[in-house]
Amino acid sequence: MERVLARTGIWFAILLLAFVAAAFARDGGYAIHMGIIAIAALIGLWVTISRQDYGAIARGILRMPADPSRYDDEVIRWGVIATVFWGMAGFLAGLYIALQLAYPVLNLGFEYTTFGRLRPLHTSAVIFAFGGNALIASSFYVVQRTCRARLAFPGLARFVFWGYQLFIVLAATGYLLGITQSREYAEPEWYVDLWLTIVWVAYIAVFVGTIVKRAEPHIYVANWFYLAFMLTIAMLHIVNNLAIPVSLLGTKSYSAFSGVQDALTQWWYGHNAVGFFLTAGFLAMMYYFVPKQAERPVYSYRLSIIHFWSLIFLYIWAGPHHLHYTALPDWAQTLGMVFSVMLWMPSWGGMINGLMTLNGAWDKIRTDPIIRMFVISLAFYGMSTFEGPMMSVKSVNSLSHYTDWTIGHVHSGALGWNGMITFGVIYYLTPRLWNRERLFSLRMVNWHFWLATIGIVFYAASMWVAGVTQGLMWREYGADGYLVNSFAETVAALHPMYLLRAFGGLLYLSGAVVMVVNVWRTIAGHLRDEAPMSDAAYDPAKDRPIVAVPAE
Amino acid sequence: MANETAQGKRIDEATGTETVGHEWDGIEELNTPLPRWWVWLFYATIVFAIGYTVAYPAWPMIDKATAGVLGWSSHGQLAEEMAEDRQRRAPIMEALALTPIERLPENSDLMRAAVAGGRAAFKVNCVQCHGAGAAGSRHYPNLNDDDWLWGGDLKAIEYTITNGIRQPEHGGTRFSLMPAFGRDGLLTSAQINAVADHVLSLSGKAKDNPQGAQIFADNCAICHGPEGTGLREFGAPNLADALWLHGDSREDVIAMITNPRQGVMPAWEGRLDPPTIKMLAAYVHSLGGGEDFVEIGADPAVEVDETP
Repeated sequence: MERVLARTGIWFAILLLAFVAAAFARDGGYAIHMGIIAIAALIGLWVTISRQDYGAIARGILRMPADPSRYDDEVIRWGVIATVFWGMAGFLAGLYIALQLAYPVLNLGFEYTTFGRLRPLHTSAVIFAFGGNALIASSFYVVQRTCRARLAFPGLARFVFWGYQLFIVLAATGYLLGITQSREYAEPEWYVDLWLTIVWVAYIAVFVGTIVKRAEPHIYVANWFYLAFMLTIAMLHIVNNLAIPVSLLGTKSYSAFSGVQDALTQWWYGHNAVGFFLTAGFLAMMYYFVPKQAERPVYSYRLSIIHFWSLIFLYIWAGPHHLHYTALPDWAQTLGMVFSVMLWMPSWGGMINGLMTLNGAWDKIRTDPIIRMFVISLAFYGMSTFEGPMMSVKSVNSLSHYTDWTIGHVHSGALGWNGMITFGVIYYLTPRLWNRERLFSLRMVNWHFWLATIGIVFYAASMWVAGVTQGLMWREYGADGYLVNSFAETVAALHPMYLLRAFGGLLYLSGAVVMVVNVWRTIAGHLRDEAPMSDAAYDPAKDRPIVAVPAE
Repeated sequence: MANETAQGKRIDEATGTETVGHEWDGIEELNTPLPRWWVWLFYATIVFAIGYTVAYPAWPMIDKATAGVLGWSSHGQLAEEMAEDRQRRAPIMEALALTPIERLPENSDLMRAAVAGGRAAFKVNCVQCHGAGAAGSRHYPNLNDDDWLWGGDLKAIEYTITNGIRQPEHGGTRFSLMPAFGRDGLLTSAQINAVADHVLSLSGKAKDNPQGAQIFADNCAICHGPEGTGLREFGAPNLADALWLHGDSREDVIAMITNPRQGVMPAWEGRLDPPTIKMLAAYVHSLGGGEDFVEIGADPAVEVDETP
């Protein structure tokens, strides 16, 4: 009973604090955000009071012991749903801003719906909400299976999930309200950053705690990558967001850095968000789900060690390539470039290990649509990790920088690698988590695959053409040695490419809609009557932790 | 450790490769050696990186970084390229500096070079208001036509660009101020409606009325001329043609009489060098509406070419 009282007290205190902060807020955005926190605390309060098993408390049992012979999958089920939900929100925002670029009238004349505010909404929704939820859910799934142990600190794991959703809501509403630090991918202001820090430390505690209590002698490679992702993101997040708030009751803060140091810190963060969030974290997913779905051993243990250490050692230095030909000193630009070039093979190590794991099972590309998702994602991973080092070379960068080529590069990685592997993981997890015989429809996975793949081709190809066109037009000199194009002319020239890009985005979104239906019907327990396709076998009896027999 | 794992080792049938011996949730790992091409490419990128850092500025030392054996720096490259370009353009820039703009048409090579340079300078400095094709837009004059507010010969255009229009705190800027007939209560609303009809009637857009004509003669003709054909001394537009800077609807005309817009163009003197301003003038003049010199006055601000 004391426990219930203590929890109720904590929720009540948060509610009260948020209420006071909202009342004395120095700006409207801060008041709204504190209102959101107050609502979250109210929900927490209500759940604490209403969900208590008072009968059990009366009988002196504080908590029903969870079934120790089962993995703790509740939070993962929420995570799968959150991934699908935020994915749809992010893809839709992406399509809308793509159309805004083609038809500026879609800015609608409201400050809340301008490209400038919707663009971070799109990037954060797909990277942190869609990708982040996929990483949290899959890491909780993988770490339990590969450690043969239940999650450490189950209560904290639930806090991580809901705390992360609160972070997403605060970030997203902040963008629309115009609350921003103006740091790409780190737009949320100081108080949201502090909240994410708390959530992230809890996340690391759950993950590391589970590894510590593992029943396996060794730590599986996927968990190395997850750990690298968590620890590095913690470091990047804290350093890049060092700032002094103007007031504890207001949104505005000032960065601890200034000038080119600030720019370098930001791109050290920005590049490694790609490196450790979107590469290391998703490689961790690859290392578990690809061999599971292919039912084949990982291609090379040695390669996984060498490419892991070389990847994390080299990635962290590559950020300055975002600041070529700027006020950043030449030496730092040089180092950013050469570290990026050296990063090529370590990145490809993951692709080789993923693709070659199919040795002995290549026929599954024809028969298993989920394997097809994984293979295309690895293909796009290989392509964008070649393109990245190439674009970091200064002479290439002088053409590609500030053009849509960068956008094309990012999306071949994000839509191709991160998106496709996440779809594969969702299709893998859903029937297992909800204890279904199989997905509602494997044929629909195939539809999703083709819609998404063709969508990416439209997207990437149009942005390559647009980027090169832009770069060449900007630097075009006539016979007399003078600039040929004005900026507005280069924008007008890109219009057809912007339409093709939006079409690609529409295809990608359509594929995701097919996924929503498929996941929904699978959870509902429906099975589509269709010609069978092959899928990896699943034995629920083996999907259990090793329970230490307590000494009597 | 070796003994512990040795028992799990087996030869994978499909590949003929030995496994490492561990197993996690059914996942095994093969002990495949690193692909040779991967190792060699990795080495190659490292060798390239080392070579590159020797050639270019790279290693941070105590007070500055190594300069690289090639002696390259981005500042140096910029300075070099700019110097090269300056040198290439020097003959034209010198010739332009020495040639008064009135004499420019006599030298067709120089004129052609000036128009080309002006086109480039225009794309950087002028398109924001006048548009990429110099066709202007509402409130921003079209420079392709022959309807000039302040004069359309080379000298007048050069003067306008140099000194701007209504540029605050710039002596010599082109300046005029149309009274705010409505806002300041100089005319009643009914009078303004009447004179607007008269103005529109000059280009056949409305039926004339004697009251409006009288008001025009009393208030407007002094700047816009008795026939409404405008007067360049005051930058007063021709109201009898089909070209309208601020709109040709009755509401637009009434709005302009009630509370006129006082458009501003920056004075480019000091921001652009005189040869570049000459180039811009030559380019704008070449767009189609450029006028010839009829008379060249000592003070171009006042005595400009007045042929339509």
